[in-house]
Amino acid sequence: MSSLTLGNRIKSENVTIQASRLRPNTISSGHRACQGCGEALAARCAIDAAYEAANGKIILVNATGCLEVFSCATPENAWKIPWIHSLFGNAPAVASGVAAALSNQKRNDIRIIAQGGDGSTYDIGMGCLSGMFERNDDVLYICYDNQAYMNTGVQRSGATLPFTRTATTLPNSKYMGNDPQTGKNVPQIAMAHGIPYVATASIGHIHDLEQKIAKAVQINGARYVHIHVPCPLGWGFEPSKTVKIAKLAIKCGLFPLFEAENGKVTKSTPIDEVIAVDDYLKAQRRFAHLFSKSASPDPLSFLQKIADKNIEKYGLKKGISNE
Amino acid sequence: MLCQLEGSQAIARAIALCRPKVVCAYPITPQTHIVEGLGELVRSGELSECEFINVESEMAALSVAIGSEAAGVRSYTATSSQGLLYMMEAVYNASGMELPIVMTLGNRTIGAPINIWNDHSDAMSARDAGWMMFFAETNQEALDLHIQAFKIAEKTKNPVMICVDGFILTHAYERVDIPSQEEVDKFLPFYSPEVCLDIEEPLAMGAMVSPDYFMEVRYIAHIKQMKAIETIGSISEEFFQKFKRKSGGFLREYEIDGAETVIVSMGSVAGTIKEVIDELNANGEKIGLLSLICYRPFPADILNKALKNAKKIIVVEKAFAIGIGGFLSREIELAIKDKEIVSVIAGIGGRNITRSMLKECFLQKNNNQSTKFLGLNEGIIEAQ
Repeated sequence: MSSLTLGNRIKSENVTIQASRLRPNTISSGHRACQGCGEALAARCAIDAAYEAANGKIILVNATGCLEVFSCATPENAWKIPWIHSLFGNAPAVASGVAAALSNQKRNDIRIIAQGGDGSTYDIGMGCLSGMFERNDDVLYICYDNQAYMNTGVQRSGATLPFTRTATTLPNSKYMGNDPQTGKNVPQIAMAHGIPYVATASIGHIHDLEQKIAKAVQINGARYVHIHVPCPLGWGFEPSKTVKIAKLAIKCGLFPLFEAENGKVTKSTPIDEVIAVDDYLKAQRRFAHLFSKSASPDPLSFLQKIADKNIEKYGLKKGISNE
Repeated sequence: MLCQLEGSQAIARAIALCRPKVVCAYPITPQTHIVEGLGELVRSGELSECEFINVESEMAALSVAIGSEAAGVRSYTATSSQGLLYMMEAVYNASGMELPIVMTLGNRTIGAPINIWNDHSDAMSARDAGWMMFFAETNQEALDLHIQAFKIAEKTKNPVMICVDGFILTHAYERVDIPSQEEVDKFLPFYSPEVCLDIEEPLAMGAMVSPDYFMEVRYIAHIKQMKAIETIGSISEEFFQKFKRKSGGFLREYEIDGAETVIVSMGSVAGTIKEVIDELNANGEKIGLLSLICYRPFPADILNKALKNAKKIIVVEKAFAIGIGGFLSREIELAIKDKEIVSVIAGIGGRNITRSMLKECFLQKNNNQSTKFLGLNEGIIEAQ
């Protein structure tokens, strides 16, 4: 035994995808994302992992949004793989078309990934997404969820948490941010379609994210991976804290990490030490108003209940493993 | 091969002969029978190696076609009326991305109030969307235009919309001559785009374009479509050489030599107009017809030449813009100056256009109205 195996030397086969010399860098540096952008980080990790798993045979379909705008603006293009952007609400359908063309050409080795933010996924593109799911088209759809319309200046979406401050849900003397009785759960909606694979992932747990994407990209049929991507600008935190914020969301139970196959949860990632939602919320300016005044129903306990339910539903104390 | 077929079935057969690789289907009256027909042809194996996709909306129908065309295969869909409006964002997107998709528009009016019958309001809503647009006069021409459409689209890298009057053509049984697969294969080569989504040569499609480039992109699209006039003419000529039938091109002339009054129309109403012309000219009138086939690009110079001897022009148009009037008549005013042009708004929401209505309208002298509404029921209006 020598220290060479204990970290004194790290051999190339032991490094992560992040550090690998062979890292594909499907999205190159120099794009226009904000400092600390969670979506840019997630896209880089996800598409690199997909690229590795699919032997570089990837075609990307992008919905309109931050990712589209910062990665590809004439004459600059950060993508090193084939990439198409059509509209805000039709990325899943465009991807279905690409998949149909490739299936027709007997090129099922080429894997199609459609990607968009929560605005295009939850709201404007929901019809096309559901259509792609129910036809079980051979597409992996990745939702980068930063819980509001960030590209247009932080307006509320169907993914915005209750009581969140956004540009269209401003708290005042009458309102406490986003209406608590609203919003939907797209991972669960995806599961309800009975598609082969649904997973949630976070940039707070990058290896888990990469593994899920690598697995998802190789499965045939419609797949959905939902990635939690904190937004420093829209959520109000320092750009250096993006990964930390993502980790807090996992730890408090507001963002459960799980996998589901054919509509059933097969695996969830246990939380080592569950923290109170307050520890996650108070680190972000979008929830600052919740700590400065009282309201009924009490927003903090309302959000704590959502986290508690997640912890129970997905067995986050011990984790589920039914594979 | 001569067949007695419903217009929609004739179109479905024409599409099948063009060997599309992806057909997107979503039902809307009066287009539905076309995609039904294609579905049957795919399931029976008559149209082989084609992905027939039942989508969840018109927005998805055209979006799937955008994806498959971008991935390099010949793609088709069809719609009507509200369906065209529902997919309109993708209509502009397809032309902006220079994707040679072919789409049939089974012409139907637009609500509210809801109405499923024929006029050209839907087509006019897409007239500025950058697509090439053709209007079929008969089922035979509808069939022929679809075969030409793929060739025009793929050669000019521009989507093509074939407008076919809802019910009047889509549901009418007529004798049509269906070319053989061999003949169509000789006319329409295998589609192989210069660039597409390809892992060997990665490219980005649909990138953001700033004010520094956008105007040039739009200008080039305009010039490209104006130049396509030449291509449209030569493809129509090639079609005539190969199939021995005059179809497509820009316009069809009827009794135009020596005509003092020239009627201009688009689509199936030309049939009724020709009967009226025969009757009136037998009694010494001098009336001719220009049936406009190619609406976009607008063949202004060709129209100008064809109309130069006319003393009076009557435009029978099946759509108008509330608050201004007819579309086609105003565009003809741009093509030809200093002529008396009368706009006759007819057949709105499926109102019958009868011979007696047209006869009276064509014979009317000293018009003091530049816009007339054919067959308007004054009683209904007064009762409101």
